[in-house]
This record gives sequence, structure tokens and C-alpha cells, in this order.
Amino acid sequence: MIIQTIMFYAFAAVTIASAFMVISSRNPVHSVLFLILCFFNAAGLFVLIGAEFLAMIMVIVYVGAVAVLFLFVVMMLDINFVELRQGFLQYLPIGGVVGLVLLIELVAILGVWTVGPEAMTPYAEPNTTLGAATNTEALGALIYTKYVYAFQAAGMILLVAMIGAIVLTHRSRPGVKKQNIGDQVARDPATTIEVRKVPPGQGI
Amino acid sequence: MEFLSFSLALPEIMMAVGSMVLLMIGVYSKGDGLRTVSTLSVVLLFATAIAVVATHGGAPKTNFSGMVIVDGFGGFTKVLILIAAALAVIVSVDFLRRENLNRFEYPILIVLGTLGMLMMVSSNDLIALYLGIELQSLSLYVLAAISRDSARATEAGLKYFVLGALSSGMLLYGCSLIYGYTGATGFPEIAAAVGGAEDVSIGLLFGLVFLTAGLAFKVSAVPFHMWTPDVYEGAPTSVTAFFAVAPKIAAMALFVRAMFDQFPDIVGQWQQIVIFLSIASMGFGAFFALVQTNIKRLMAYSSIGHVGFALVGLAAGTEQGVESILIYLTIYLIMNVGAFALILSMRRGEGTTEDIADLAGLSRTRPGMAAALAVFMFSLAGIPPLAGFFGKFYVFVAAIDAGLIALSVIGVLTSVVGAYYYLRIVKLMYFDEASGDADVDPSRGVVIVASGSAIATVGFVVFANPIIRAAEQAASSLFL
Repeated sequence: MIIQTIMFYAFAAVTIASAFMVISSRNPVHSVLFLILCFFNAAGLFVLIGAEFLAMIMVIVYVGAVAVLFLFVVMMLDINFVELRQGFLQYLPIGGVVGLVLLIELVAILGVWTVGPEAMTPYAEPNTTLGAATNTEALGALIYTKYVYAFQAAGMILLVAMIGAIVLTHRSRPGVKKQNIGDQVARDPATTIEVRKVPPGQGI
Repeated sequence: MEFLSFSLALPEIMMAVGSMVLLMIGVYSKGDGLRTVSTLSVVLLFATAIAVVATHGGAPKTNFSGMVIVDGFGGFTKVLILIAAALAVIVSVDFLRRENLNRFEYPILIVLGTLGMLMMVSSNDLIALYLGIELQSLSLYVLAAISRDSARATEAGLKYFVLGALSSGMLLYGCSLIYGYTGATGFPEIAAAVGGAEDVSIGLLFGLVFLTAGLAFKVSAVPFHMWTPDVYEGAPTSVTAFFAVAPKIAAMALFVRAMFDQFPDIVGQWQQIVIFLSIASMGFGAFFALVQTNIKRLMAYSSIGHVGFALVGLAAGTEQGVESILIYLTIYLIMNVGAFALILSMRRGEGTTEDIADLAGLSRTRPGMAAALAVFMFSLAGIPPLAGFFGKFYVFVAAIDAGLIALSVIGVLTSVVGAYYYLRIVKLMYFDEASGDADVDPSRGVVIVASGSAIATVGFVVFANPIIRAAEQAASSLFL
């Protein structure tokens, strides 16, 4: 138990610290790298509460795809982030005050929060049979059976998104040189090399 | 409850697999990709309509562990949606070539959006509802911006996307509240958990209101209509022609299903919201259309007004009301497809025009086209014996039978106001002098679609019976 508590505070502290570094670091590439660190620690927190599938998804989707995409954007587009952020920290005091007021309000509300007894017993309880299975197993048992329709429909939506992205952005430019491996392989000395007799003292 | 039946899901599977096959054909076709893929997608849409008719008869059945319901109501609206989508593809091919939008993805996105609409109208679960809406909306966002070199179209697409995302957020918030207060996402389970009118919790009501707001956005009912005129005006006209019909039918059917399948016992709670939406939409649609000079904006306000009329049927909260909505949607499809086919062909010199004034004197230059457009305008205004009159008639009868006299009176009054701007177009065409080189130059597809729907509009009285009987059957399947 004590180890879990220590791990929780370690993960949580690093998450908050790296989240702060995301918005305060000078170099945008560093910001993205801190974002990745933040995601990793959030995944650690998910493991601690027993949601190992969510933790893996967090690493694969957010770190593997989203953060890398950010990195690409940051490195390929020449955006002057320093200029964008000019005077960013001068709003910190007023922002901090607003945040503090919100925090006090939240504490005031949550301090007197009670959950009604009827809320604890939902009218229809979903999937009580899954009980002891790990959550990866539980999801696996459902996604291709009960929710196969939703799963396939989501696939169709992604297909539309892909077609849409291509339709709206792809342009076939004339005069672009493309590699044609067939042509390259089919080339032989007879069609490419020409032997010329060069008389001395004259060019071709 | 059927756990999983592929044969019941045949229409959706056909559409999904078909769209991917079309994508491959489009990518690898050497020559005119747009024409090939368009032709094939029209075939696919009609084949799916046949599959819908084959699978959706008989008693309602659930599929995919209860996430989807296959019933007569879904069958009826699915056929309407598929026909609307197929006609939209037929009329747009020549327009797209003329506007240099020669892209084979266009019909494929229509097919994918239509798949989303089919999923919407047969959803029996909040998750299925949301996924259907997203699949449809995402395709529509891309279609609105498909003319990416035009600033107006890009603006329309972006506006639609941002506001659509906002409405999806509201819808999801409503869904999560409903889930939180009932503990279920399936419609029948929610209906069972909601219980009677006495013990409805505030939280559930909030969820209901947010869900209604999200759905009102999708049908573009006032006060969630702001995106409609801008998107209709900015998007290419062929896209507007698609937007005005199929997504409206799907969203309206989903609205009906979401209300009657989840909250059948607390009709009074959502009825007042729908009455407000209905009155506001009819009023705004009628009065704001009066000052428009752009025909696409005019049709946008006209469609807002028509949504208001259809909502009158929903406000009735009865089986008769649902039947009247289905009849209304059928007639709306017939009139609007024809009207948009002609608007699509409006030209001035080399380019297209959207100015209402350019229709002046059309009866001299193109008497056939002018007559067809006049028929559509009279019908949209609701003048008997054209189809539009019967749509309004059934809706108001249902409302009066449900005791909503005031709502029907307001509806009739706004319809009189609305008649003014429809008749103004007829007056322009028949009594004003032609100006300059404006013309309506229809392609063969447009001529076929427009004359077909003009005949259907005029002759609705003759073949109304089977449609009304089918609508009656479809509506009753919602109340089993």
C-alpha cells in the first residue's frame, strides 16, 4: 500500500511539473517532449487504479500518434512561438487569482456533496457478468460481439475521414518527377549509353 | 432478439462493401472516373433500395444485440433516402463536369453519407444513433467543401463543420445524461426505465432537451437553423440539391424514432419543445424567404419552413401524426428533387447563376422548363390539387385530431405568407421581360428527373393511395 501511495505521488508530481513545463518552456520542441513525459506519467496513474488497457491506449495513441504529430507540426512549420507567447507570464497573477477562486468554489461544493441512494442503484445494470475479468479481457469479450456494429461503424467513419482528407488536400501537380521502378529496371545499356566517336580538338 | 443476422443487415452491408469497391474502381479507372463511378453508384443505390424492400417487411426485428431495429418505418424512410440520393447523383454529373469538379470521390461520398443515413433511421441505441449521425455528417462536411478552390464553398464547409461539431457535442451531452439517469443506451431499455410521466427526473429532462436540440440542428429547425442558408448558398448547387432532401428525411425520421422509441410515455414533456420548434421554423422560413434574391438561399429558408410543417406531425404525438410525416417527406422528396434539378441548370453566359431575377421571362425561352418549375413552386406553396397540398393537409389533420388547433392555424397562416415568395418566381417567369443571356440549360438526366417529378407532383392524386397505405403500415410498425 505504502509503495502505491509513494508511486501515486511520484507520478502525480511529475505529471503536474511536466504539464507546467509544457506551457512555460521556451523551446517548442521541449514543450512537446514535456507533453510526452506528462502522458507517460498519466498512463502510470491509470495503471495504479487498475485500468491497464487505458494506460496502454494512452501511450500508444497520445504518445505514439498525437505527440509525434505535434512534434512534426512544431518542427516543420516555422511558427515563432516566442512571439506568440510574448507577455504570457504577465497574466499569471490574475490567472492565478481566478484559478484560486474556482478552486475555493469547487472545494465548497464538493465538501457538502452527497450521493443520493437512488444514484447508486442504476435502473439497468450493464454487464454484471464480466465481474472478475481484467479490463482488457472484458473489452475484448464485448467489442467483437455485442458492439461489433459500433466497431464497424467507427471503421466506416474513419474511412470517410481519410477520403475527406485526401479529397480536400491532395493535388496532382504537373511536372513532378516520380520514381518508376519498372522503368528503372527495364533500362539497359543499349537504350542509355551512346558511343560516339570524338575527333580530337573538337567537341560533340 | 436476434444477436447477429447478416441477412437482415443486407442493405447496409451492400452499401458499405459497395462504396469500397467503387472507391477501388475510381482510383484505378483510367478514363472518366466520375461517370463510371456515378453510374455504378446509382445502380448500387437502387439495388440497395430493393434489398431494403426485401428485408424490412413483417414484424420489427432487432439485430446486432439490439443496437439496430429493422422495421417498416425504417424500410419506408430508407427507400425514400436511397431514391433521393440516387436522383441527386443523376442530376449532378453534368453539373460537376461543367463546374470543373470532375472528381470520382463525389458519388462515393454520397454513397457513404447515405449509408450513415440508413444507420440513423434504423438505430435502436444511443451509440448506433450517434455513429450514424457522425458518418452522415462527416461525408456532408466534405461534400460541402468539395469545390475547394472556391472561397465560398470552403467557408460553407468549415461553417458546417464547426456548427455540426457543436451540435454533435450537445447531442452527446444529452445522450450521456439520458444514459446516466436511466442506466441504459438501448431505446427499449430507456423507455422501460423512464416509466410514467409522474416520476421524470430533472436530469433526464435535461438529457431529453439536449438530445432534442442536437436533432433539431440536424433537421435545421429554428432556432438551430443558422447554418442552413450559408451552407446551401456556399456549397456547389448539386451538393445543395443533395443536402436539401436525403439528410433532411433521415434526420426527421431519426427525430421521430428517437422520440417515440425512447419516450413514448412522456409525450407531454417533449411535445411542447416540438411545438415551439415547429412554430418558429414555419414563421422564420416564411418571413425570411421573402427578402431573398439568391434562389439557393430562398430554397434554404423554404426547407426550414417545410421542416416546421413536418414537425407539426411530430408535435401531434400520435400514430396518425407519424403517418402524416411520412407522407409529407415523400411529397417533399418529389417536389424538391425536381425543383433543384432545374435550379442546377440555371445558367448565365458561360457560368451558372443563382440570381432569382435571372429566371425572368423563362416562359418565352423555355416554356417546358418554366411550366415544370411553376408546378414545383405551386406545389411547394401547397396549392391543390398538387402534391404539396396533400402533404400539408395530412399534417394539419393529424394536429387537429390531436387537439392542436392553434398550431394548425399558425401553420396555415405561415403557409399563406410562404405562398407569396413561391408565386413571385412564377410571376417572374411568366410576366416579366427576359434580361440578357440568362437561360436554363438542362442536361438529359435533369430533363428526365425534372419531368418525372413534375408528373408525380401533378398526378399525386391518382396514385396517392398506395403511398398513403405504405405510410400507414410504416407508421404502425413504430407503435407495436
